[in-house]
Amino acid sequence: MRKLRRIALNGAGVVVALVTLFPIFWMVSTAFKPATEIYSLTPRPLPAHPTWANFASVLNGSVIGMPYWAFLRNSLVVTLSSVAVSSLVALLAAVGVARFAFRFRTTYLIMLLIVQMLPQQALVIALYLDFRRLGLLDSLTGLVLLYIAFSLPVTIWMLRNFVAAVPRGLEEAAQIDGAGPMSVFFKILLPLVAPGLVTTSVFAFIFAWNEFVFASTFLGTDQAKYTLPVYVTYFFGKGSADWGAIMAASVLFTLPVMVFFLITARRLRAGLIAGAVKG
Amino acid sequence: MLSSVKQAGVASASPPVNPNGRWFPPPSVRDLLRAGKRRRRLAPYLLLLPSAAAIGLLLVWPAIQLVVYSFQDYGLPQVTGAAPTSWTGFANFRLVLSDPEFWSSLRISVLFALAAVPLTLAAGTLVGLLLNRLGRKMAAFVSTTALLAWAMPAVSASVIFVWLFDPDGGVVDWLLTKLPSWLGGGPRWSGFSWTNAPLPAYTVITLLVVWQGFPFIAVSVLAGLKTIPAELHEAARVDGAGAWRVFWRVTYPLLKPIFLVLLLLSVIWDFGIFTQAYIVTGELGNRDEFNLGILAYDKAFTMPPAYGVASALGVVLTVVLLVITAGYVRANVRQGAVR
Repeated sequence: MRKLRRIALNGAGVVVALVTLFPIFWMVSTAFKPATEIYSLTPRPLPAHPTWANFASVLNGSVIGMPYWAFLRNSLVVTLSSVAVSSLVALLAAVGVARFAFRFRTTYLIMLLIVQMLPQQALVIALYLDFRRLGLLDSLTGLVLLYIAFSLPVTIWMLRNFVAAVPRGLEEAAQIDGAGPMSVFFKILLPLVAPGLVTTSVFAFIFAWNEFVFASTFLGTDQAKYTLPVYVTYFFGKGSADWGAIMAASVLFTLPVMVFFLITARRLRAGLIAGAVKG
Repeated sequence: MLSSVKQAGVASASPPVNPNGRWFPPPSVRDLLRAGKRRRRLAPYLLLLPSAAAIGLLLVWPAIQLVVYSFQDYGLPQVTGAAPTSWTGFANFRLVLSDPEFWSSLRISVLFALAAVPLTLAAGTLVGLLLNRLGRKMAAFVSTTALLAWAMPAVSASVIFVWLFDPDGGVVDWLLTKLPSWLGGGPRWSGFSWTNAPLPAYTVITLLVVWQGFPFIAVSVLAGLKTIPAELHEAARVDGAGAWRVFWRVTYPLLKPIFLVLLLLSVIWDFGIFTQAYIVTGELGNRDEFNLGILAYDKAFTMPPAYGVASALGVVLTVVLLVITAGYVRANVRQGAVR
């Protein structure tokens, strides 16, 4: 009886995993299929004659006129620079919130919770007009600024738990030994908060890498500035649905997130819980 | 000199050495306190300054501007400087409220949230309960695959779902034609277009959102379940309660705060859904499939732009979301998250 239940539970687990993986599997499988198999009347799960042609047309740019690498570069520039800056800024704020008692502390924390829920598709209207005035349309710098600001509420909220978990006694001991605030920060706090910093960086990375609303609105006219999400949908919106190329582009866009994610999955799971469910 | 954290604890016994390696007299306690006090008073504000500036300029300020624009006559002539902006009172809001497109988009947003939220919560909770009872390796495997769906970029996920449900070569239509007719299958599904009408389009979006949303719920519920002592469940089961009763009488009451937060977050996310809906409904292609956010976006970015009207719609959307957020903040404060 107990064995039967074990089998039933594991069976349910396998079904959940398979259903969850199916869309991802189908994306990869389609990317390797030649056109005749993609539009075949009886779709098969695996390509009978796997081909690199779809990837080749994405990589050398024969579909859109520009190679994938150009868009990868844009995405990497935007994502890495916004993650670097926002991690630093979030760490400062997290230390401030976790280590000091001051007047507007609660106000600031509640502000973070509220601001996080402001709808991007509404703010984008006002931001578009501002950026237009400032000449930040069609500019990757503008996107970096936005991604820094929009990832901060979540990253600060998560990081402050990691900072609060570092025993205050360590810092005090160092201070009594004559360490200045700088060396306390760099030699005591930073090494101990590093795992938390990794977790929040993954969040900031995923946010910036995936972001679509701002990128597609602000980069509208300049194709050379497109980031990967805009590139993937550009393809897709052009009427002639070349699904092999679209899926190949999706794979190339999704792969870095997945790899990055799998490496940090264990930590991320802990961070996910710490960040969103319970402060 | 401090070289590691471990040393810090014991070093206090020996005389302090500054980073240059020279001896120096230890500061008096009063000196330390005085310098520390002044620094501690200013320090938090300095630490918060960069983040507050970024959030203030790029999140709070646009929100304020949105409200201002919603009371103004703001279109193409105002952007190019051909005409000055003028205050028009509630004209934009009156226009919005008398627009049938507003009501149809609001209806879609509400109905979608009503369908997607319970489905995501139910699926996520079931998987969370399952994960709790699986062996360690199996649980790790299932939750990792689930989180892959969660980490999937919204753009890729949407594009994949459009392809799965594509009328020419999509796998779903093919599967449905193969299904026996008593299960609703049959040849009528061959070439069925899912994106031509609101109901099928939002069915696809609902499946997409449940697929991407359930992992977060499952992992959160699992974290909550881990805090419940196993004896409680065992005791209930020994008393003859079935799984259904155990959940509603033991698990649910204990995890109520978590469920409340998850419910509010899901409502906020699903009511404000944009990227997935925007892509699946054909990037502003089908006006009768607009939800509230897409309608606001369309008013601003389809020629000729009506920024004032778009802002009014944006304000309506933001106000609805902020009302729900108020509940979310309250739940967080109650749980002691805002310490």
